[in-house]
Amino acid sequence: MVEKLNDDIGEEKRLQLWELMLKLRLVEKKAYDLFLQNLIKGTSHLALGQEAIAGAFGVALKKGDYTFCTYRGHAHTLARGSSIEGVLGELMGRQCGLMKGKGGSMHLTDVDKGVMGSYAIIGAHLTIANGTALASKYNKTNEVSVCFFGDGTTNIGAFHEALNMAKIWNLPIVFVCENNLYMEYTPIHEVTAVEHPAADRAGAYDLDKIIVDGNDADEMLRTAEKAISKAREGKGPSLIEAKTYRHSGHSRADPGKYRPDEEVKDWMENKDPIKNYRAKLLDFNINEKIISEIEEKIKDQVEKATEISIASPIPEIKEIYTDVWANGGSEWHN
Amino acid sequence: MAQLTYRASVSLAIAQSMRKDQKVFFIGEDVGAAGGVFKATVGLLEEFGKERVMDAPISEQAILGAAMGAAMTGLRPIAEIMFSDFLAVCWDIVANQIAKTRYMSDGQINIPLVIRTANGGGSKFGAQHSQSLENWSMMIPGLKVVAPSCPSDVLGLMDSAVKDPDPVIFYEHKSLYALKEEIEQTDISIPIGEANTLHEGKDITIIGLALMAQRAKEAALILKDKHDINAKVIDLRSLVPLDLQTIKKSVIETGHVLTVEENPRLCGWGAEISSLISEHCFKNLKGPVTRVTTPHVPLPSADILEDNTIPSVELIVNEVIKKLKGE
Ligand SMILES: Cc1ncc(C[n+]2csc(CCOP(=O)(O)OP(=O)(O)O)c2C)c(N)n1
Ligand SMILES: [Mg+2]
Repeated sequence: MVEKLNDDIGEEKRLQLWELMLKLRLVEKKAYDLFLQNLIKGTSHLALGQEAIAGAFGVALKKGDYTFCTYRGHAHTLARGSSIEGVLGELMGRQCGLMKGKGGSMHLTDVDKGVMGSYAIIGAHLTIANGTALASKYNKTNEVSVCFFGDGTTNIGAFHEALNMAKIWNLPIVFVCENNLYMEYTPIHEVTAVEHPAADRAGAYDLDKIIVDGNDADEMLRTAEKAISKAREGKGPSLIEAKTYRHSGHSRADPGKYRPDEEVKDWMENKDPIKNYRAKLLDFNINEKIISEIEEKIKDQVEKATEISIASPIPEIKEIYTDVWANGGSEWHN
Repeated sequence: MAQLTYRASVSLAIAQSMRKDQKVFFIGEDVGAAGGVFKATVGLLEEFGKERVMDAPISEQAILGAAMGAAMTGLRPIAEIMFSDFLAVCWDIVANQIAKTRYMSDGQINIPLVIRTANGGGSKFGAQHSQSLENWSMMIPGLKVVAPSCPSDVLGLMDSAVKDPDPVIFYEHKSLYALKEEIEQTDISIPIGEANTLHEGKDITIIGLALMAQRAKEAALILKDKHDINAKVIDLRSLVPLDLQTIKKSVIETGHVLTVEENPRLCGWGAEISSLISEHCFKNLKGPVTRVTTPHVPLPSADILEDNTIPSVELIVNEVIKKLKGE
C-alpha cells in the first residue's frame, strides 16, 4: 500500500507510537547506564532494537487486556503504561519498584495495567496466557490476552502444548514470536528444523502463517490490530512471527561477539525501527519541532523518574517474610 | 445418612463446590465424558456441562498453565493431574510459576487453584504410577499440601481447598478410593492445617498421612488389643500448613514418636517433623524420634515386592513394640 500520513493509521496514532517507542528506547538506555554505574545489580535483558513490537501492541491494546512477556520485558511493561520509576526502581531494588524489589528485572508485573507478569523459564507463560484468555471466554467478557516470546521458545514443548490448546478452545489470544535471530548465543537456524521458527509451525495448529517486519512500526501496528480484533471478535488465536534484532547482547554479561560485525551494523544502521520511524514522520511532513518536542519531553520524563528511583529507599528487611500467602505472611506451621 | 466411598466423595466434593460458586471450573484429561480414570469425577460433565468440566489434551503444562492464568483473574479452577507422577512433566508450572508468582509480584497476584492428583502405591502399577510425592510440593514455599485419609476429609478439605486464596495440591490416595464411610452431612468444611486424631493413647504418638494414617490406626487397634499399648494416631491431613501444636501436645504426653511415611527415605516429611520435635520438645522425649518409610528405592511392581516395600500395618506394630519394649 502507498502510505499517506492520514491513512488507516493516521497522524495522531503515529505520533503516539513514536512517543512510546522512544520512551522504551530511552528507558532501556538508561537501564544500561545505571548498570555501568553499578546501581542495577543482577542480570538484565535489554530490548534495544525491538521497540516497534512492544510499541505497536502498546498502542493497539485496550485497558483491561492482558499481556505476558519474558525476562526481556522492560519495554513490554512500559508499553502498557507502567511508570518509568516503577520499572527502573524495580531494577535497582528500590521501594518504588513495581514489586518493591521482590521480583527484579526478569519478573516485572503490574496487574493494574494488565501486565500479568514477566516470565524467566522459557515457554511457561504461553500456557499461562491461555488461562487469562480462557477466563475471558468463561466470563463472556471481551479482553484479549497477548503473549510475547523469543524465537528460541518455539523449540520447547510448552509452546506446542499452548498453541494446540488455544486452537481447540478458540481462545482470544495473540502469540507474538519476536524472532531476533538468536536464542541466547546460538543462531536460531542452527537449532531449528524449519526456516521460520514460529510461522512454519503455525500450520500444525491450523493457524495462519504470519510473518511481519518487526522493525517496521506501521506494519507491526497493522498486524497487531488485525490479530487483536480477530481475538476480540471471538475468532480465535493468532501466531505472529515478527522479525527483529537486538542491538545489545543477550543479557548484561554478554558482549554479543558471536554475531558477525556486518550483520550487527546492518541492523543498527539500516533497520533501526526508531531511526527509520523518525525519518518516516519527517517524510510525512510532520514538523520536526513536534518531533523534537516529544524527544525533549521523554528525555525529561526519564531523567525525573531516574532521580525518583535513586532517591527511593531500599526495601525493609521484613519484606522477605511477606506475601508468600494471601494472608500476607510466610508462616507454614501453627 | 449415606454410605460414601472416597471415590464418590471426590466427585461430590467437586460438585458441591461448583454448585456454590460459579467461578469454580474443572479441567483435566479424561475427566468429563469418561468420568476420570479412577471414576472419581463421574457425573460432573452431565451436571455442569462442557464449559465448566473441560476435557483437556495430554498437555500437563498447558492444563496447569491455563488453570493458573484463569486463577490469576479470580476464577477458581480445579485441575486434575491424572497420576501424581506426571507432576514431573509440569513441575515448572507448579514449582516456579504457581508457587512463586504471588511472592515475586509483591502480592499483586493471587492464585486460588486446586491441583488434585492420584497419589501413592498399592495398585502394583510400578515405579512411575505409584509414587507418594507430597514431599516434592512440601519443600516449595507457596504451595499448600493436603492429603485426605477418608471420605469425610475429602469432602471437608476439598471445600476449604477450593475456597483457599492460595494454591493447594490435593493428593488423593489411589488405595483409598474404595474406602467407605457413613456420612450424615456431606456439605462440610474442614480447615486446612488442623490435624485429626484417629486413635487416642498416651504411650506413643504415631504420625501419618493419607493411607499411612489409616494403617497407623489399624496398627493402634492391634497394639491395644494384643500388646496393651495405647498409641495416639495423628493424621496430619496437610503438610503445609502443618499443625505443629497438635503434634507438640501429644509428644509432651507420650514422649515417644514414630512417623509413618509412604515416600522413600531421604528428605521425607517425617524428617522435618522429627527435626521440629527435637527443637520444640527435646526435654519431653523419652527416646529418639523414629521413622518408618519406604526404603530408598523406586517402587517395584510385583505383588510381593510392592507389599514389602510400602510400610504395612504389621511393620508399624513391630516398630512400636521395638521402640517401647526394646524387642
Ligand atoms: C527452560 C529454560 N531453558 C533455558 C533457559 C536459559 N535461557 C534464557 S534466555 C534463553 C534464550 C531464549 O531465546 P529466545 O526465546 O529467542 O528469546 P530472546 O532472549 O532472544 O528474547 C535461554 C536459553 C531458560 N531461561 N529456561
Ligand atoms: Mg531470540
